[in-house]
Amino acid sequence: MGGLWSYFRGLLGAREMRILILGLDGAGKTTILYRLQVGEVVTTIPTIGFNVEQVQYKNLKFQVWDLGGQTSIRPYWRCYYSNTDAIIYVVDSADKERIGISKDELFHMLREEELTDAILVVLANKQDMAGCMTVAEVHQALGLEALKNRTFQIFKTSATKGEGLDQAMDWLANALQNKK
Amino acid sequence: MSSFKKDKKEEEDGSCLFTGIEKTTVLQECRTFNETPVNPKKCIRIMTSILYLLNQGEQLSSTEATEAFFAMTKLFQSQDVILRRMVYLGIKELSGVADDVIIVTSSLTKDMTGKEDLYRAAAIRALCSITDATMLQAIERYMKQAIVDRNSAVSSAALVSSLHMTKMANDVVKRYVNEAQEAINSDNIMVQYHALGVLYHIRKTDKLAVNKLVAKLTKSSLRSPYAACMLIRMAAKLLEEEENGSDLPFFDFIESCLRHKSEVVIYEAAHAIVNLKCTTNSELAHAISCLQSFCNSPKATLRFAAVRTLNQVAISHLAAVKLCNMDLENLITDSNRSIATLAITTLLKTGSESSVDRLMKQIATFVSEISDEFKVVVVQAIRALSLKFPRKHSVLMTFLSMMLRDEGGLEYKASIADTIITIIEDNPDAKEIGLAHLCEFIEDCEHTSLAVRILHLLGKEGPRTKQPSKYIRFIYNRVILENPTVRAAAISAMAQFGATCPDLLENILVLLARCQMDSDDEVRDRATYYSNILSYLDPSLYNSYIIESPQVSIPSLERSLKEYCDGCTDEPFDLKSVPIAVVPTNEEVTRAQQKSEGMIMSTGPTKKVKVSREENYAQKLTLIPGIAQAGSLFRSSEVVELTESETEYVVRCIKHTFSRCIVLQFDCLNTLSDQLLENVRVQLEPSEGYKILKEIPCEKLPYNETGTTYIVLQYPENFFASVATFGAVLKFIVKDCDPDTGLPDTDEGYDDEYILEDLEINLGDQIQRVSKVNWQASWEELSENCVEMEETYSLASMSTLEEAVKNIIQFLGLQPAERSDKIPEGKTTHTLLLAGIFRGGADILVRAKLALADGVTMQLTVRSTHPDVAELVTASVG
Repeated sequence: MGGLWSYFRGLLGAREMRILILGLDGAGKTTILYRLQVGEVVTTIPTIGFNVEQVQYKNLKFQVWDLGGQTSIRPYWRCYYSNTDAIIYVVDSADKERIGISKDELFHMLREEELTDAILVVLANKQDMAGCMTVAEVHQALGLEALKNRTFQIFKTSATKGEGLDQAMDWLANALQNKK
Repeated sequence: MSSFKKDKKEEEDGSCLFTGIEKTTVLQECRTFNETPVNPKKCIRIMTSILYLLNQGEQLSSTEATEAFFAMTKLFQSQDVILRRMVYLGIKELSGVADDVIIVTSSLTKDMTGKEDLYRAAAIRALCSITDATMLQAIERYMKQAIVDRNSAVSSAALVSSLHMTKMANDVVKRYVNEAQEAINSDNIMVQYHALGVLYHIRKTDKLAVNKLVAKLTKSSLRSPYAACMLIRMAAKLLEEEENGSDLPFFDFIESCLRHKSEVVIYEAAHAIVNLKCTTNSELAHAISCLQSFCNSPKATLRFAAVRTLNQVAISHLAAVKLCNMDLENLITDSNRSIATLAITTLLKTGSESSVDRLMKQIATFVSEISDEFKVVVVQAIRALSLKFPRKHSVLMTFLSMMLRDEGGLEYKASIADTIITIIEDNPDAKEIGLAHLCEFIEDCEHTSLAVRILHLLGKEGPRTKQPSKYIRFIYNRVILENPTVRAAAISAMAQFGATCPDLLENILVLLARCQMDSDDEVRDRATYYSNILSYLDPSLYNSYIIESPQVSIPSLERSLKEYCDGCTDEPFDLKSVPIAVVPTNEEVTRAQQKSEGMIMSTGPTKKVKVSREENYAQKLTLIPGIAQAGSLFRSSEVVELTESETEYVVRCIKHTFSRCIVLQFDCLNTLSDQLLENVRVQLEPSEGYKILKEIPCEKLPYNETGTTYIVLQYPENFFASVATFGAVLKFIVKDCDPDTGLPDTDEGYDDEYILEDLEINLGDQIQRVSKVNWQASWEELSENCVEMEETYSLASMSTLEEAVKNIIQFLGLQPAERSDKIPEGKTTHTLLLAGIFRGGADILVRAKLALADGVTMQLTVRSTHPDVAELVTASVG
């Protein structure tokens, strides 16, 4: 029955899924956005504000908002929380110093009521860098074991090399379809 | 069908889709922006209503604006081109009110560098509106790229936005100079124009750089006519600033532009040349002939521009403009009324007396068709004419009265009334006709302020006409028909007649008695007041309480009354303790008039109760200990220079006279950067009778600062000793100091002094001018209980009556009354009437009978309530 239902929905043109890409500055959010959209690495500058693009993954359409991660921009994240289906939280695995701040920002964000139903994908990015933290280390440093009542998964990625993004998106696409 | 009908109906109403929308509703609707997917059609409509509201002047609070702004940012997800461009407009409108607008920086940067050309220029403009000086550096690279972009719209947008940015980040924009330099070579006329604008702005503070820029560009010919126009303006400005005559290459450039193929450029060049200060006739001739040919152009804009320029310079280049008279004559019947008006007023300025009648008739045919602001131009031309050709007053006056009867705004009517009043004052022959016209006007005048002014004038002038009784009817009609303000003014005017014309007194008393039943307090009060005074049948009472208005300055009176009420004292309030209002000198009045006579741009009535100089000084002086006790300030003199202007120390003196003492205020300026002066004071050698009461030195006088030291002197008991000359020396302690830091090298200073010019205290310093409306009445009144002195002088050094009058007024410091300072042309005798008050309160009236022979002979009669004062005046003239 559920399969038939989703079939009809696909036929009628499903609502675009709304996804936010968040994370500290320099984690690689904009690079990931354009990797997903055009499949290439583009040169980026620090995002002052946001970038918004339509991303087609397999047969699904996403509307992806990449919000700037600088300290001065983070307070504005909350203006874009409403109607969000999923959050992609990007962590710079090589930045051991600020992983604590990253954790604080993550939990601060997850406390928001508007995001209670949002699916969370954590990307331990920059896995190509020498001496970076492993997925398990990132998982622990972010304190993800404390997360309850939330669909979430962590992936290791390298946006510049394009590794790990497909797995993450596959999982996300599935999770979003199951949610409905 | 029904919607079609509705549309049609709306069209007929002249209302648009958005009339009647409300701010709150629209702001509510902004929530639609948050929905996904975006509905472009709906959002465009909402965006339009926001923009409509903002352009109607609707104000949003910062919270409302921020909320709408952030909702708007959600629309960046839509790829709809029209919606995106609406968002840019919204960003620009809200950028001033909303907070945190930098949030769209990345999105706009992406759009301005993106592939969609429709976005790029608009994104640049929006980006610059949200960027502040600190953020500008972040987008500097993109701006530079955009300036040299191949797309001319993008390049223009970047240049113009940069120009706007110079206001807040001049330094950053200065770094765009290379890119702007490249853009000036663009083939696009707009880009070239905008690039020149940016280059000029970057350099405008550096005259040499502007000079170089202009010199370089005048050699290469600019494709863009707009850029050429701007270059002409720049060149003309440089020529103006050049002090000694014309800088030839620049002038040659402007002149060569008279042969440009674009009309805009030709006009700009001609306009620049006729407005240059020093031009020879031959230089002018070419420019004027260009304007002349424009006068015959089929394009209305060109005709308008040419005739407007000719109008502006008609007075300064009378002869040259006269050459165009034939062409201007043709424009009189131009279907464009603005052009016709300007043509006629130009002709009136340049024409002869004989053409006045014809031209006035011509204006009359269409004056009802032109707008108020051009009517004011016509009125001003008539005013100039009436001063130039006094004999034409009847034609002009009839015309003015006709204009008065037409519809028109306050400013227009006021300018007509002003002109009639000027004519009346200037030309005794025109007085009765003028008053008659004004009487007729107030019969149907919707402007209270004008009616009040005219009633006041009638009260002043009416009683002294041949048949005063005929004005009473007009004035009393106001009492019956008008609002309280006008009624009150009418009663004051009637009282003037009662006080001045004994045979009308009885009738006036009856009318005033009726007015005591009025429903308005002010009207009743005035009626009671005047009928009471008039019933005493005492001319001296009339004079002081009806004919002459109190001479105190109103702000001071207010202050004194407040002080009196605060301090509980049983003594009655003494009006004499209030400083006397200062009568503005003739120069001040004419200066104020000239300001308002600018072409078309008349600024409307901006009359404020100004705080006089005396008021200012009085307030400052009361703050200084030792001076406050001196009483109220009587008069402050003009500034007297006690040093040459370019010396080491500059000292200026202002003499403040009180009733028994005089305060000398010395403003000292130290122009030596390596000296710090301390204990600066002026040492006086007072003449006999004067006593120094107090000296207040200036403690410190650093480089380039003005310090003030005071001396309080007691006037001698004997009035005759009060006119005196003192030697003066500036004394101080010098400490040498470092010119850069201003800190003294040592703590030890040495005494030094500097000789100043002698300081004079003369008669004028001790007299305050008082304006008398009815000087003759005051003169009669003083004949009984006062002293009269008479003396005859021969003023050999004066060659004309005007010169003599001017000098006498200046020397005595008295106010001329009854316009006796104006001398009718061609007369060899004249009587000058003057009035004033001596310090301490003694009235002075002076009649000077002048006769022109070899030099001027003067018989001076002085009446004063104090005998010594009268003698002092006659003695000091000799």
